[in-house]
Amino acid sequence: MPITQYAALPLAQKLHAGELKIADVLDAYYAKIARSEFNCYTSLCKAFAYARAAEVQARLDAGEVRSPLAGVPIAVKDLICTKGIETTCASKMLAGFRPPYDATVIEKINAADLILLGKTNMDEFAMGSTTETSAYGPTKNPHNPAHVPGGSSGGSAAAVAACEAPIALGSDTGGSIRQPAGYCGVVGLKPTYGAVSRYGLIAYASSLDQIGPIARTAEDCAALFNIIKGDDERDGTCGAQTACDAHGARKVSGLRVGVPKEFFGEGLHPEVAAAVLAAKERLTAQGAVATEISLPMVAHAVPTYYIIACAEACSNLSRYDGIKYGHSSANAANLRETYIKSRSEGFGMEVKRRIMLGNFVLSSGYFEAYYKKALQAKRLIQQAYFDAFERCDVILGPVAPTTAPRLNESLSDPLKMYLSDIYTVAVNIAGLPGIALPCGKDAQGLPIGLQLIGRPFEEATLLEVGAALREDSGSVGH
Amino acid sequence: MQYETVIGLEVHCELSTKSKIFCGCTTKFGGAPNTHVCPVCAGMPGTLPVLNRAVVEYAVRAGLATNCQITQANKFDRKNYFYPDLPKAYQISQLYFPICTEGYVTLSSGKRVRLREIHMEEDAGKLVHDDWTGGSLADYNRCGVPLLEIVSQPDLRGAEEALEFLGKLKAVLEYTGVSDCKMQEGSLRADVNLSVRPVGATEFGTRTEMKNINSLRAIGRAIAAEAQRQIDLIEEGGAVAQETRRWDDDKALSYVMRSKEDAQDYKYFPEPDLPPIEISKEEIERARSALPELPEAKKARYINALGLSEYDANSITSSVYLARLFDHTAEITGDPKESANWVMGEVLRLLQKTGTQPEDMAFDPDSLWKLIRLVKNNTINRGTAKRVFAAVFATNVSPEDYVKEHNLALVTDDSALRAKIAEVLAANKKSVDEYKAGKTQAFQFLIGQSMKALNGQAPAQEVTKILRELLG
Repeated sequence: MPITQYAALPLAQKLHAGELKIADVLDAYYAKIARSEFNCYTSLCKAFAYARAAEVQARLDAGEVRSPLAGVPIAVKDLICTKGIETTCASKMLAGFRPPYDATVIEKINAADLILLGKTNMDEFAMGSTTETSAYGPTKNPHNPAHVPGGSSGGSAAAVAACEAPIALGSDTGGSIRQPAGYCGVVGLKPTYGAVSRYGLIAYASSLDQIGPIARTAEDCAALFNIIKGDDERDGTCGAQTACDAHGARKVSGLRVGVPKEFFGEGLHPEVAAAVLAAKERLTAQGAVATEISLPMVAHAVPTYYIIACAEACSNLSRYDGIKYGHSSANAANLRETYIKSRSEGFGMEVKRRIMLGNFVLSSGYFEAYYKKALQAKRLIQQAYFDAFERCDVILGPVAPTTAPRLNESLSDPLKMYLSDIYTVAVNIAGLPGIALPCGKDAQGLPIGLQLIGRPFEEATLLEVGAALREDSGSVGH
Repeated sequence: MQYETVIGLEVHCELSTKSKIFCGCTTKFGGAPNTHVCPVCAGMPGTLPVLNRAVVEYAVRAGLATNCQITQANKFDRKNYFYPDLPKAYQISQLYFPICTEGYVTLSSGKRVRLREIHMEEDAGKLVHDDWTGGSLADYNRCGVPLLEIVSQPDLRGAEEALEFLGKLKAVLEYTGVSDCKMQEGSLRADVNLSVRPVGATEFGTRTEMKNINSLRAIGRAIAAEAQRQIDLIEEGGAVAQETRRWDDDKALSYVMRSKEDAQDYKYFPEPDLPPIEISKEEIERARSALPELPEAKKARYINALGLSEYDANSITSSVYLARLFDHTAEITGDPKESANWVMGEVLRLLQKTGTQPEDMAFDPDSLWKLIRLVKNNTINRGTAKRVFAAVFATNVSPEDYVKEHNLALVTDDSALRAKIAEVLAANKKSVDEYKAGKTQAFQFLIGQSMKALNGQAPAQEVTKILRELLG
């Protein structure tokens, strides 16, 4: 079997047994990436990777295995800071930006001896659902390059699906791990808010952002999640509670699976509905108990999400002012022009749209009507989920209403694009963990994603049920 | 018409915590530009603030010492605006739930100046104009230094009350160790909200705000000038515009910074990167019982228990540094009156003469009681002691060493004194004869001559006694 087709844990076993050398694995991946037509990466860090490979290989040769994934290459979304390695958020604004520090998750994967392959493409500043807003051009869906891979972690999901990386890190603010994982037929976990440190994750919406793994199997996701999760003294919102280590497949008999009727209503493509319900049948066949539940508050999730996310984004992105780092306009005559021109030139359309929206909802006179209302709705949505979890252990539904749309058909109608986040955003608002799992393909051969939502800090349940639901992962291979 | 000036102050004070409010960088003043900076306080992408809990403790202490209610469920908020000294383009502050509310400071008249709130926030950096390039450079050393903003109600009437209020507030902050209040280092600054109205009016006039004035003298001058400007406007039939002004102390003039229409919308919203901060009742009570003796209590003790005059007690307690020096000296010498005389006399005189702030006194606090002891045990006399103290004040030399080095000790050896005085008598035959003939002024002259011959370094009593004996 070609090296790039191994999932992460089996690859690690080969490396730990001495049957493969890390340098050969890197060679195989970089060769595959070089031939790629999918544009998964914004930059590669070959010199860094081979230097790290030599260090880690020496440890493996000496029998020192620092983690179950030691020696495995990893792709990282280009909004996670890597010391000395360009981190752009796929924006012209941060072209050439080399952070002076590593994100906590990067320190953790380095300590676990994973090897950074490169930085993956994404929607600019994680704003978008298609990876088409990237300043580096769109990433294409490996299952059909005429289609988008989803977003915003489209580069990470596509790289894993196209065997251009065995495993990857993404970030999820309103579905940005789960939706591209669903569109690309791979597994993506959005952890509970606070389960993984955000230190070094370039913020889009601070109260919603979480870093999570994207992999070909739930077991791989679990292995990476176990490495990156946990308390961090540099992130005050992280680690109030600790997530448990996830293991392999678990028995699902007796598991109470809640199926919200609102998730199967108007707008859901029948092929997606059928595949998701078939997955539910597979769970009940293994002894799980399905119950219909109702989450009417979720109807308000999309507007709530866009108000909160845009408000935080407009503030988080104000630091890109042309003064300290990133793009600074060459034609500015004074301070005011430096601000206006640097930002006008540096940011793309979708980012500007969300900055404008955010400034609007925070403006005096509108704050009460929008932002304050959205915070109230957030509490109601959280409560609705907590109530639902009285009656079930996990909630099952689709990741997105359809399979991956064609390139160039989403950005012209942003409202439609926003509405396609309907099943994922509520999970971020409620701060819950959610996982996207492949559950078949539509008539065009595009993957369909299944979503499981869990109680706070019960990632282990999602990963273990995901492993039990295992079907052939959607990787495209060679 | 007679006018009354109505003033509310917003005082910014830098806390004397060792590290910054949201990162581990030092808060030390000075340092080469951008050396007290890390990715967090420089606002690098991806960094997050983590609250320095000492800031909360300091804020609670300041609140308790100014009779405030302490908010148990605290949150931070973001204040958004663009300026090159603010690297994140927002300041983390508290708008909705300030840590202290409803306090007051009592003036010597007994009047209570109400405090609306005290809240915690981070300081910004500073811009330095670069004459070489004509541009401005940003120094982020001060970014993230913790600040308290103390907001008074418009209870102050005129510059004198405003300055007394600031003095009392400064003393409380120093006593509690919350801030060193070094105005020349910018650790205490005030915004002045001011309006005028005819005496007897009940409605407030339109107010202006003067931003960021950083010396007591400048605040006094700014208040006087702004009140006069508003009165002149009204007298001329004009109206005061609600606006923000900048006080230029060198020119003794204020300028409009922005009018009400240009008022900035700071788009405040809750800071999502910091979890809420809970302060327990126990924590508050522990802080309350750990408060040191505050200026008012100290002053009462000086008057009632130590017998100091109200004037002296007031002056000494106005600065914690003077009070500490006095307490230390009085305790060791057991002589509060003499200690107060020294603090009120030579210490204040030299502070004033050299333009030194009490917090900058550089001499060893043990020097003062040592000096008093030298006088008491007749090693030196009072006049010499003043000279010694001047040296102590200037160079922090030990008084004993200085006396020894400069050979200032009094001559107390009886035979040496007798020999010197005998020489004086021999050289002043005429006066001796006059004295013997009954002219008493001649005795005073001979004492003067003897002291002169002894360089003043002899106890006057001793000299008188020996003279009498020798003259028979």
